Amino acid sequence: MENGSSSYDGPVLECRNLCISYFTRAGEIPAVIDFNMTLNQGESIGLVGESGCGKSTVAMAIMQYLGKNGAIVGGEVFYKGRDLTTFSPEELRQLRGNEIAMVYQEPMASLNPSMTLGRQLMEVPLCHEDISEQEAYDRAVKILADVKLPDPERIMKVYPHQISGGQQQRVVIAMALLSNPSLLLLDEPTTALDVTVEAGIVELIGEIAGKFNTSMVYISHNLGLILATCDRLNVMYSGVVVEHGSVDEVFDHMRHPYTKGLFGCIPLPGADKTAHPLVPIRGQLPLPHQRPPGCYFGPRCDFFEAGTCDQEGLGMTEVPNEPGHTVRCRRWQGIDWDSYQPEGVGAGEMEAGEVVLSIDNMKKYYEITDNSIAAMVKGNRVRHVKANESISFEARSCETVAIVGESGCGKSTFAKVLMGLETATEGKVMFNGKDISQEEVQSRTPEQIGSMQMVFQNPFDTLNPSHTVGSQLARVIRKFGVEADKDKIDARVMELLDLVKLPRDFAKRRPRQLSGGQKQRVGIARAFAGNPSTVVADEPVSALDVSVQAAVTGLLMDIQKTYRTTLIFISHDLSLVRYLADRVVVMYLGNIVEQGTTDEVFSPPYHPYTEALLSAVPIADTSIEKKRIILEGNLPSVTNPPSGCPFNTRCPRKIGAICETEVPPVYEPSPGHQIACHLAVEDFESMQPVIVQVDEPANPAAE
Amino acid sequence: MVLTMLVVSLLLFLLLEINVEGVAIKVLGAYSSDQQREIWLETNGYFDPLPVRYARWLGNAVVGDFGDSVRFKVPVSEILPGRIWNTAILGFWALLIASIIGLFLGVIAGMREGSGLDRTVSVGSIVTTSVPEIASAPLLAALFVFYLPQTIGWGLPGTSSMAGGFDWVQLILPITVLVLYDFGYIARMTRASMAEVMMTHYIRTAVLKGLPYGTVIRKHALRNALIAPFTVIMLQINWLLSGVIVVEVFFAYKGFGSLLLEASLNQDIFLIEACAMVAVFVAVGTQTLADIGYTYLNPRIRFS
Amino acid sequence: MTDQAISAPRRESSLLRLVKGAALIRESWVGMVGLAIIVFWVLVALLADVLAPFPPNATGAAMTLPGGPAADGSSVHWLGTDHLGRDILSRIIHGSRQVLLYAPLATLCAYIVGIPMGLAAGYRRGLTDDVLSFIANVILSFPVLVLYIIIIATIGASGFNIVIAVTFASAPGIMRIVRGLVLDLRNREYVFAAETRGESAWRIMMIEILPNARGPLIVDSCLRLGYVIITIGTLGFLGLGLPPPDPDWGGMITETRSFITFMPHMVVFPCLAISSLVLGFNLLADGLREVSLRD
Repeated sequence: MENGSSSYDGPVLECRNLCISYFTRAGEIPAVIDFNMTLNQGESIGLVGESGCGKSTVAMAIMQYLGKNGAIVGGEVFYKGRDLTTFSPEELRQLRGNEIAMVYQEPMASLNPSMTLGRQLMEVPLCHEDISEQEAYDRAVKILADVKLPDPERIMKVYPHQISGGQQQRVVIAMALLSNPSLLLLDEPTTALDVTVEAGIVELIGEIAGKFNTSMVYISHNLGLILATCDRLNVMYSGVVVEHGSVDEVFDHMRHPYTKGLFGCIPLPGADKTAHPLVPIRGQLPLPHQRPPGCYFGPRCDFFEAGTCDQEGLGMTEVPNEPGHTVRCRRWQGIDWDSYQPEGVGAGEMEAGEVVLSIDNMKKYYEITDNSIAAMVKGNRVRHVKANESISFEARSCETVAIVGESGCGKSTFAKVLMGLETATEGKVMFNGKDISQEEVQSRTPEQIGSMQMVFQNPFDTLNPSHTVGSQLARVIRKFGVEADKDKIDARVMELLDLVKLPRDFAKRRPRQLSGGQKQRVGIARAFAGNPSTVVADEPVSALDVSVQAAVTGLLMDIQKTYRTTLIFISHDLSLVRYLADRVVVMYLGNIVEQGTTDEVFSPPYHPYTEALLSAVPIADTSIEKKRIILEGNLPSVTNPPSGCPFNTRCPRKIGAICETEVPPVYEPSPGHQIACHLAVEDFESMQPVIVQVDEPANPAAE
Repeated sequence: MVLTMLVVSLLLFLLLEINVEGVAIKVLGAYSSDQQREIWLETNGYFDPLPVRYARWLGNAVVGDFGDSVRFKVPVSEILPGRIWNTAILGFWALLIASIIGLFLGVIAGMREGSGLDRTVSVGSIVTTSVPEIASAPLLAALFVFYLPQTIGWGLPGTSSMAGGFDWVQLILPITVLVLYDFGYIARMTRASMAEVMMTHYIRTAVLKGLPYGTVIRKHALRNALIAPFTVIMLQINWLLSGVIVVEVFFAYKGFGSLLLEASLNQDIFLIEACAMVAVFVAVGTQTLADIGYTYLNPRIRFS
Repeated sequence: MTDQAISAPRRESSLLRLVKGAALIRESWVGMVGLAIIVFWVLVALLADVLAPFPPNATGAAMTLPGGPAADGSSVHWLGTDHLGRDILSRIIHGSRQVLLYAPLATLCAYIVGIPMGLAAGYRRGLTDDVLSFIANVILSFPVLVLYIIIIATIGASGFNIVIAVTFASAPGIMRIVRGLVLDLRNREYVFAAETRGESAWRIMMIEILPNARGPLIVDSCLRLGYVIITIGTLGFLGLGLPPPDPDWGGMITETRSFITFMPHMVVFPCLAISSLVLGFNLLADGLREVSLRD
């Protein structure tokens, strides 16, 4: 292709009325409809939307890689003024990786498992430029240093599985930058990563934009990440862009009811379950072949007007006095947002009752026997994993206790001990006055089991696909001895479906006929079938779309209030925890590093880990300023945890050798607020809040 | 591996030699007198305790001494090596050709999943694997007899006996029969593996890096796609042995398979034991090789 | 809400679901061809007495080429006669009964033994798994036909013994497949949910796990049936099958193979019969796999 990129000064990328369809056995399914976008040199544009809105399809269309059954059926994509659909395969090949590069969601899957990283990096310049192996090697090492990977020479020699997920993603980014592309496509680049690792990657992406003057398209479902990385954004819904504008315009003066709804669903720092509850968007995303006529958001919109919104031919209209801010809505000017008072899903203030669950110095160690020949030679066949170390906290009736931590922090093991799938190595777990730490589930009574149940994480996995919803609920009712008579069981199944606001005929359905949110509701119904006094919810909404998340969260809180249930809410999502929890327990590598009421934990003094965690959470609010704390290094392995304070290897506030040698003492700034750290009292007292509201929030949804 | 061999040997020993009377009858024939049997058992130490007998038997087996064949009236170790060599020639060529055809067809079919070529290869390999050796041997023989010039001996039933010395031409038909049945399975496994690899994200990464298609296939796809078929081919040796028995019997090829069948039809107890041990040794050996090869080919296991 | 609105959660009968699932095969022409072949042979076996023009073991006719007239002139040996003058068509028709009786029976027995072993090994893991997997390894390290030959040579050749031999030789393979599926399925959250409500291991294995493994197992059973048919044929061919004179496809091939140079029809038709039946099962398996991967 002609190398006119230096003289070209128009937009890097331009999509005009782009329409993309997939062709399946069921016929043509439009995935993206009437998509327009102009991206200038050095600019970053965000594509945000829920699953299935077509945002990734746009990226694949730009790459001209839609697979066998996907095709551009209308419109054009111009790269530096030339329509990509007119490129020959050879021209496309030279464009890919050289001019346009991409970063993917799953770094591990994106890297070839049987090739060294060095080879995978070097082949990019080797195939696009006429350079020697040595030059390619030097370039790869340099770019690895640019993405801040320690010891690039070592990284060059290893295979993908030998480095951590965060490092893998840095390698993928390095690979994308190797040929200094003009356009970088990032498709959910941090979704598979822990939040503290994500913060590092987001910072890196920000630096790249400045350093390499690369234009970027950033695809994400997370509005907070878009705010942190982009200049402008497109909000997509069911294949169409519903709103486009600069980040400030869209975040502070959004016009489309869907955008508004989306912001109402995310727990921003201003949201509160009593005063400013979350507002879910009712209904669910339409399937691509069941889109309604006219506005696709119509059936879920509070401002829907028959005769106006269901007419075909809906285009984008520009907001006056805000050039570039466009909205796909016929009624946006007629909506009076100030008098709009949607019903939230919060819960009233509740008085916590007596102690239901009390955990005292609980420990859970595993022994791992390594049968590999290497381990036998080295003689370290049996290794100990300290999954939980000295866990102590209490939970009262009607209270929500959140357990927060990243992967490997031991929260799942803790849940297993509670549920009786594992027995504790040491310590006590008092539940309703009885020590259950050594009672396996088989030796517990049906009432005991029924009074502590669990809601699981993955909606696609939580229900058995071979049985109907009704029969699965009925089994639980029978098992816990709630009812024995067949008619009464059936009646109870109906009650449970009513409780989780699902139609009664869902009893006859199989799980695959349900959406993710609906399955999660059935999962909640199942947990509440035995009238539990405590429910352990393990990331119950993290796999759901934002708009569904709010509704399911609301439902869970609602039921909790009705039954005065104790909720143990395991999550990595600090925003959500801040919104719904009464008390918070922060875990790191099997240890509790901080606990206290939600207000105590979210304001100084902090444990250094909590501080980093708070700083890492992306917040979709332009009026928030955060202190930037990026953690260095990798999460240590649980089989080989650091001595002394578990956080000492990554702690930005490490004070010296004492952190590595001695287990930190507990500092208690106020009764019940415990921080396990060596820092001096003065240090704690001089801590500043991580999250600061700069001025009054201009976002009405959070008011 | 050693443990498996030990257990197998014990099983075999128990199965065939637990009944000492039976052994004597098999060795001396049904018309021997009780006295003759008694004497034979006595002189051969059959009244020793079972563990002692097993230890002695095993010790002899390890050095290759399985006793005398009843049918051939010579030590087993004299007949066996030649027969194994003959079968090795047959098996080696059959496996080599089947692997080459299977891998080639599997790779090109898997590269373009769902294409006409892919469908043809898939259905074609289903058809060939559906025709067992007992059917393909006579069918091919009939075809060769009626449609090919008879100037050379093609290896008709009973004519691969190499009566006039070793003759490659007589191997053509037996090898064809084995290849025909075996390549389809290799092709299908390779195709599945290749198709799976072509769907992975790292192939997408490679394509979107702008690598030429040939490079993507050669450097990224093949290496990963051939790990599974390698194991399949190694384990195929175990299956090939079944086919070898049929082919050797049908074409009267003097190999290991026909020897085993002859031994079992004639209750030639020591020969059966020897043959079974050899067969299991080959099977366990290839399995171990497959495991080692898998570890070598897969860096995820090599550097875990 | 009125009482009538409360409808009891009713389950579709499992039979109905099976029929619905089987109907999916219509979407794969490969599978349909396979199914047609199998149905054809099943009908032949069921109606053998009606369809066969001659008694299968009746000798006395002269060696006849296909289409040749019978001795009494009233009917025709459509596929000719064999070296003993027996009508080949009738023998193939009656032989289908043997195959379609013993092959499914043996396969079923192998599954009945193999599935619980695989469930136990995959779900219990630990020592149970080690022991069961080792046993399976030992049995599987015998080349298949060698194992059959040893077993049949030891216990003798009969229909019942073939079933035993097939069960013994196939169950470890089935166990491995089931174990692999269970190792995957046991980590699903619905299994975890069942464990947290204190369900028995038996119930979790049979109700929560096994039904979700049925797809791959149905495909495997078709392939395995094809293979068992080959095995039974091969045993017959090697003279270790069903005792003569009852017709057995493998036996028919071996009895007449020396005539191949001048009377190939005696061998060719039994060969085609066995190959077509195996093909039927293999095509059906492929069709089922294709359909099951679609959604």
